[in-house]
Amino acid sequence: MYTLSSKIKTIALTLMVLGLLGIAYGFFSAPKNTEDVEKILAADSHGGGHHETAATNEATEEHHEVAPVAHAEESHAVEAGKDSTAVVAQGLDSVVTHVEEAHASVEKSAHETSEAKGHDVAEHDAHAEHKEHVEHVFHQLQNKPWAALYVGALFIFLISLGVLAFYAIQWAAQAGWSPALFRVMEAITAYLVPGGIIIFVLLVLSGVQMNHLFIWMDPAVAAEDHLIQGKSGFLNVPFYLIRAAVFLGGWILYRTYTRKNSIALDETHDLSYYKKNFKASAGFLAFFLVSESIMSWDWVMSVDPHWYSTLFGWYVFASFFVSGITTIALITLYLKSQGYLEFINNSHFHDLAKFMFGISVFWTYLWFSQFMLMWYSNIPEEVTYFKMRIEHYNLPFFGMVIMNFVFPILILINTDFKRVPWIITMAGIIILSGHYLDFHNMIYPATVGDQWFIGVAELGSVAFFAGLFIYVVFSALTKAPLLAKGNPLIEESKHFHY
Amino acid sequence: MSNKVIHALYNDDDVLMDAVKATRKAHHHIEEVYTPFPVHGLDKAMGLAPTRIAICAFLYGLTGLSFATWLLNNIMISDWPQDIGGKPSFSYIQNMPAFVPVMFEETVFFAAHLMVITFYMRSKLWPFKKAENPDVRTTDDHFLMEVAVNNNESELTSFLQSTGAVEVKVVEKH
Repeated sequence: MYTLSSKIKTIALTLMVLGLLGIAYGFFSAPKNTEDVEKILAADSHGGGHHETAATNEATEEHHEVAPVAHAEESHAVEAGKDSTAVVAQGLDSVVTHVEEAHASVEKSAHETSEAKGHDVAEHDAHAEHKEHVEHVFHQLQNKPWAALYVGALFIFLISLGVLAFYAIQWAAQAGWSPALFRVMEAITAYLVPGGIIIFVLLVLSGVQMNHLFIWMDPAVAAEDHLIQGKSGFLNVPFYLIRAAVFLGGWILYRTYTRKNSIALDETHDLSYYKKNFKASAGFLAFFLVSESIMSWDWVMSVDPHWYSTLFGWYVFASFFVSGITTIALITLYLKSQGYLEFINNSHFHDLAKFMFGISVFWTYLWFSQFMLMWYSNIPEEVTYFKMRIEHYNLPFFGMVIMNFVFPILILINTDFKRVPWIITMAGIIILSGHYLDFHNMIYPATVGDQWFIGVAELGSVAFFAGLFIYVVFSALTKAPLLAKGNPLIEESKHFHY
Repeated sequence: MSNKVIHALYNDDDVLMDAVKATRKAHHHIEEVYTPFPVHGLDKAMGLAPTRIAICAFLYGLTGLSFATWLLNNIMISDWPQDIGGKPSFSYIQNMPAFVPVMFEETVFFAAHLMVITFYMRSKLWPFKKAENPDVRTTDDHFLMEVAVNNNESELTSFLQSTGAVEVKVVEKH
């Protein structure tokens, strides 16, 4: 039996407290109204030379020149293109970025009218334009603490979902090497319940307009947007929440059922429990395949309601699946180093590291397939997604490819390295950070736009959920013996040698 | 000096493994072992050095990657940078995603084929090569261990007989 060490407890609680402070700071420091945004924008523009609000025409002009630089994604670029050489290079691209935001279509029509009118009107319009811009930035900054919270909650929750999928595969495949790791996996999936509740609460809060993470949930936006209206049969709040509840319910049900059977198998050595789990796992995998795909459209893709990608479900799956396997490896390594898993040997780690390596490459394959197909065909309504990311998220967007692909492929390709604990740990930390960035890159561009930053709010959110995760997982570890001794494959697993 | 070896035949891979271990322990030099199928752990028991063919493959893969990169850069960017369907051919990195499928396949192609050829060369395998099995039964259901003789013929013979060999014979090797 594992006993929860006070060190782990302290670490978990510290992370949670620091994380809560970070989250609170994020909400506290978000601007309350557009005047705050004016100040932020004035401070952002160089040297504080543009601290006036748009009172005079002159000031308006100044603001105009700054705005495209600071917020190139915005539609100012088109207008500025008439006189500014800097924007010429962007040319068509900035037209493309129009489609990006739901607001953009509104702004664009405002533009077209302004161009038709005379010079005087154009100046007046520039003023309105600036106001709209400030309004837009205001929404983005208000979204930021919510996005930070959501990404943290989603990422950590999906890790335990990834482990659940891995666990089900091990049962259904009757894998001989992994039963010795079942208790670790079961403990990790214990986070599904609290994590799922948090995710659901966050979705409900979005549904009742507490935030603007999902722009299609805003009736005012949906009223002006034909694309969102066309999707409202699927993207409407009640159906959305029902789907979320059904999926979470299904996953938690499977987890609870197999865990119960697994414990019963230990106590009774009655193989009917083994068969029950085998069947449940096969059924769950079919359910998971469908629910995971729809989950990824709902929870991740629908922040960009104008954009769609057919392989998105697989892409999201690969991302959290590899994170889940990495987490299994890290927790197993920790427990082994504390002397709790004497039946785990190097070969188990070797297998986990092979999975980390293989699924990392699989993730890259999907990432690249999605990117390359859209880049190649360059259809405006698709490619804006990547245009936006390459322009404003260049480092995280390509940095995560280095972290999730180049680094693992160079480190974990070596057979000997796959058996060395500190190398697996190092690779695991890089992979987890890389996949956090991946989720960051999926959510932030649509919700926060170019106002993103990985700061206190983001790190706080990850720290809080990581702390909660550690606490829940290690508490769950204390509740059952670490060796699933009733499993008929356990002897093979204990003597697994590669 | 005559070049004598002893051929000890076994009909079970477990017996063979024990015999190999015992022979090594008794410090007799095992020249070669012939088996009809891969015997798991035999290389370890014989004390053979691990293969380095994976390292070769990795290097060949890098060669393939470099070759593809050079090839595409030379053709598509340096030599004749045409505008084909609006793809940016100003620099390699701009059009890189379109080249990745070729880069990937070249990497795999070089790694796989050169590794196989390396294997053939290192194991001296080629068409019309004269087969080297000392006893035709070793390709079917017998295992053969070839041990060098150093003026200890009778002692070695009785030793090998004690390891469970079904047949032990002294052979003059040319």
